[in-house]
Amino acid sequence: MARTLADKIWDAHVTATTAAGSDLVAIDRVFLHERTGASALKSMAAAGRPVVDPRRVFAVMDHIVDTRPGRGDQTLMPGGQAFITETRAAAMAAGITLFDVTDPDQGITHVISPELGIVLPGCTLVAPDSHTCTQGALGALAWGIGSSEAEHAMATGVLRLPRPKTMLVRFDGALSPGVTAKDMALALIAAHGAGGGAGHVVEFAGSAVRSLDIEARMTLCNMATEFAAMAAIIAPDEKTYAWLAGRRYAPAAFDAPYWADLHSDEGAAFDRTIIIDASAIAPMITWGTSPEHAIPIDATVPTGPTRAHDYIDLAPGTRILGTPIDVAFIGSCTNARLSDLRRAAALAKGRHIAPSIQKALVVPGSGAVKRAAEAEGLDKIFEAAGFEWRESGCSLCFFAGGESFPAGSRSISSTNRNFEGRQGPGIRTHIASPEVVVASAIAGVIADPRLLEAQA
Amino acid sequence: MTPFTTLSAMAAPLLADNIDTDAIIPSREMKSTGRTGLAEGLFAPWRYIEGRVPNPEFVLNRPEYAGAQIIAGGANFGCGSSREHAVWALAEYGVRCIIAPGFAPIFAANCIRNGLLPLVLPRDAVESIAGREVHIDLAAQTLTCGADTHPFPIEAEAKAMLLEGLDAIDLTLKSRPAIAAWTDADRAARPWIYL
Repeated sequence: MARTLADKIWDAHVTATTAAGSDLVAIDRVFLHERTGASALKSMAAAGRPVVDPRRVFAVMDHIVDTRPGRGDQTLMPGGQAFITETRAAAMAAGITLFDVTDPDQGITHVISPELGIVLPGCTLVAPDSHTCTQGALGALAWGIGSSEAEHAMATGVLRLPRPKTMLVRFDGALSPGVTAKDMALALIAAHGAGGGAGHVVEFAGSAVRSLDIEARMTLCNMATEFAAMAAIIAPDEKTYAWLAGRRYAPAAFDAPYWADLHSDEGAAFDRTIIIDASAIAPMITWGTSPEHAIPIDATVPTGPTRAHDYIDLAPGTRILGTPIDVAFIGSCTNARLSDLRRAAALAKGRHIAPSIQKALVVPGSGAVKRAAEAEGLDKIFEAAGFEWRESGCSLCFFAGGESFPAGSRSISSTNRNFEGRQGPGIRTHIASPEVVVASAIAGVIADPRLLEAQA
Repeated sequence: MTPFTTLSAMAAPLLADNIDTDAIIPSREMKSTGRTGLAEGLFAPWRYIEGRVPNPEFVLNRPEYAGAQIIAGGANFGCGSSREHAVWALAEYGVRCIIAPGFAPIFAANCIRNGLLPLVLPRDAVESIAGREVHIDLAAQTLTCGADTHPFPIEAEAKAMLLEGLDAIDLTLKSRPAIAAWTDADRAARPWIYL
């Protein structure tokens, strides 16, 4: 019978089925970070439950670790150092692999897991972090869980789950110049709502998805949690296997029949299908306080919840282009990979951020991204343009109680969430592609990157 | 875990859509790696004004909803970060049930693991019961408010876990032989997984 890719991976991982009809689904990889990982490991230790296979559990410091140069265990979050030291102690006690603060491979979970080949096509991977769905771009079934579920996966090797529904989101046609995977994700969420994918594994397919490079596929899958999807997945192809070849935890070859079967069969039935014309997508930007509050950059602010309009301080009918901004951020598990930084640097090269910009940051997604960017001189381009260049981490994607932007700032950000206070008290966040962030930082107002020519 | 069987209480109205876990418990309110000490930070951005003074406008600060056990929320409740601290904060405050037209999946799973019932009702039904006394019977899968009875769906395994207050890990460990047999076979089929 024709099956979807998600169903194939699910079926291959069912170890038992419960009386109530849930499956005990084998979990191949668990990834922890210091914000939520220590509590899971400590709770297991307190209950006397060992990690069933420590070699398949990994941890990293990414959420609250300082990203300023010369960092150590100190972090700007009050009390934050305990999360770092306790995660380190718990990881060592449990015998799991830890990418510590000063490790050259340190970085954001969803950036380093693919980089190191920890996530693999056809595998199951969970992490107590909602953006774990990012890793589905490699053809894995990867999803975010809570701390209790992380404990469950580490203590038993499985999770108890009802079979999720499946959704096909097909992007037909080709993207226009200046339009990116970030815009595809925002266009989908704007059209179908922040709850539109609830309970589904979303498979992204279609010519526009196939033509994306692997890093752009990660950007697209990253935002699936903002669509309330359980997970996102993209069928692996030759690009995927070429990208993974030679990475530390990846197998030597991807030519077994197992790999060839990792796709949805012809005629496989999805519970729901959405078809989007990729050629009609424009660069997108959010106007409000949910990722579903997204509009084409040359559109006007629509009506919506009063609370969102009040918080963001933009009235319906306002043209969003030209809205003055105060601060800019390029980073996060959505858009801090080398390709993101290259595209941003091409626009920033030979230009400078507007004098009205109070703070502008570029935070690479991993130590490897940082080294590669520096080898190409991207750091110098950003610094010459007035951006700070940081150590890798989650940084100002969110407000960890430490570093923030000036209270009430209007932020243009390459991140994934524009919630009230997400980047700090009163901060008004507009999420968009790195291209829009650079163009806006240079103009000092929300600006269309298509009008800014890349410098050779 | 405390079993969930029946519950009668006021449903505190908090009907905005997309109430995210940053709003339920902001990152800066997660002050330790433990699971307690979080209730004070529950809904902190809305619950307090300057100087951490209770905001009289916020629903949980109104006398009739103080210590609310039930919240009537909007669509896609609990979206955003996977932080289980959001559910731990709600539980520590005393909340046992959230009624909404829909939940973010990770949040709903976190609720089940902590003995909170994520109860799904159509939007008009949620609006009709918000601010009123309701009676919930999980075994019967019904919510009663005045003369109205609303059936609600819940996945069978989640229902059983809540009704019996089961520890999921202990329960799963009973299936250890089946898991081990699967793992042995898989080790041969996918050696690259076993590092």
